[in-house]
Amino acid sequence: MSTDTTEKVLPYDDVVASFDPVLGLEVHVELGTATKMFCGCPTTFGAAPNTQVCPTCLGLPGSLPVVNKVGVESAIRIGLALNCSIAEWCRFARKNYFYPDMPKNFQTSQYDEPIAYDGYLDVDVETDEGVKTFRIGIERAHMEEDTGKTTHQGGATGRIHGADYSLVDYNRAGIPLIEIVTKPIEGTGKYAPEVARAYVTALRELLRGLGVSDVKMEQGSLRCDANVSLRRTPSDTFGTRTETKNVNSLRSIERAVRYEMTRQAAVLEDGGSITQETRHWHEDTGITTSGRSKEEAEDYRYFPEPDLVPIAPSREWVEELRTSLPENPAVRRARLQQVWGISDLDMQTVLNAGALDVVEDTVAAGADQAAARKWWLGELARVANERGVELADLPITPAQVAGVEALVSEGTLNDKLARQVIEGVLAGEGEPDAVVASRGLAVVSDDGPLLAAIDEALAAQPDVADKIRGGKVQAAGAIVGAVMKATRGQADAGRVRALLLERLGVSE
Amino acid sequence: MPDTPSITREDVAHLARLARIDLPPESLDHYAEQLGVILGSVAQVAEVAAEDVPATSHPMPLVNVFREDVVRPCLTNEEALSGAPSVESERFRVPRILDEE
Repeated sequence: MSTDTTEKVLPYDDVVASFDPVLGLEVHVELGTATKMFCGCPTTFGAAPNTQVCPTCLGLPGSLPVVNKVGVESAIRIGLALNCSIAEWCRFARKNYFYPDMPKNFQTSQYDEPIAYDGYLDVDVETDEGVKTFRIGIERAHMEEDTGKTTHQGGATGRIHGADYSLVDYNRAGIPLIEIVTKPIEGTGKYAPEVARAYVTALRELLRGLGVSDVKMEQGSLRCDANVSLRRTPSDTFGTRTETKNVNSLRSIERAVRYEMTRQAAVLEDGGSITQETRHWHEDTGITTSGRSKEEAEDYRYFPEPDLVPIAPSREWVEELRTSLPENPAVRRARLQQVWGISDLDMQTVLNAGALDVVEDTVAAGADQAAARKWWLGELARVANERGVELADLPITPAQVAGVEALVSEGTLNDKLARQVIEGVLAGEGEPDAVVASRGLAVVSDDGPLLAAIDEALAAQPDVADKIRGGKVQAAGAIVGAVMKATRGQADAGRVRALLLERLGVSE
Repeated sequence: MPDTPSITREDVAHLARLARIDLPPESLDHYAEQLGVILGSVAQVAEVAAEDVPATSHPMPLVNVFREDVVRPCLTNEEALSGAPSVESERFRVPRILDEE
């Protein structure tokens, strides 16, 4: 049984002083195909329960699966992008288990014949000695199908324990998944949590660039399981590992790995031993708790799927798919950094914020790179953070941001007004021009109304007017402030000041 | 028959557990013997199949049978659930799921 009691942890500095971590990351990515892996049911997220199902994905007698060609193509493209070899011949296998999330009592997967194997992905991590590249070995990438969604009813917590019964929706059952498994990741030392996060970040970027998935962690289309073990020194054999499931944000991956390291270290320092088990990550409390114990090796009785024929991608097909690959993300990053002329640190900030695509698109839409970075890493990052969404998912497009910035550079908007326009676009008030018009936000650049406002302010504060005439130029701030207030911030303060001094015949 | 694979009581108990079949302990020897006979028969076939006969998982010599990624009609919710013993909130209702222990 699982326990939710807080376990002892060792301070992180002590952990990395006494232990060497080894990681293994398994990422499941839901492909963005129109239909499921083995049948023609649609894959739309959020449809009414059990409306995207058919005899095949419900496992009804007499139905037969047929492989989705785009699913295989996507798997090969992912494999190639991860520098993998592509199998000349491979098969699907049945993974047998008893759990109602699959109506067939097995999941169609690949076992010892993955479609892609033996690759790598380079990821950059900021270290004390500057940005360092870690090469993450890819063991395999294989095709399988997603499972249905179970909801546990009754009991107190909505979890399996204490539930009276469960309800199952099979809309998700059969959606194509690619499972990408790393080789053991060694040599990361104290940077293990950051490397784990950087790997998933880079993988997500790569998958998004391939256009094979929408890679939305919050909707579960990209999911990560983190295997963590500790050993005393890098020359020791691997320690016993735990597998933490349900790690579904980039930040959580880093936190979960760090937590597991501190928890395992405390157990080992007390002379205990690590139980090989599945652990559950809890986003709210930032800890993992014990799940299913793996003392008895899982026995899924895999065997080749008799209802499907083997897949033998011709070398011509593989090469054709290779030529369709987009620019390698690492190459692209280096190119953009050079074009924009920004430092490693500035580039890392863009990457960490997941802002590379949106900044690039904003620049492509005509904005200056510095302005594009300023908006996406400043105001928009703040809003995205508040709403708990990715930058790309904000209801504002790079073209709209570029539009706002164009209004700033032509002098129609100042920074303060531009922020209000952004706010308006985010609130669904339309294009930047429309927001400017409907909110009446343009900078007052016509001197006429400004002079009128200046005269009004001077009349209201005759003593200040006299001071300025007498040469106390610093007193001008009070009049400028009054004018800005009267024009509700829509005037250019510098212009107001110049007009004021000119009006009074005073020079700076 | 020295090459006949043997199957033990423990093997049968393990398989029964994986298959969620509740076998009374007194029947384990009985099934071990029966399963042993089946494995013996398969072993005879394996003897005939020399190394130049590759293992097969499909009777047809086909590869790359694919379907285009085009949506086809689904069942309605009512049709999908029509054979279910128990239904609630448009979903299949299933008995309490016990964690593996």
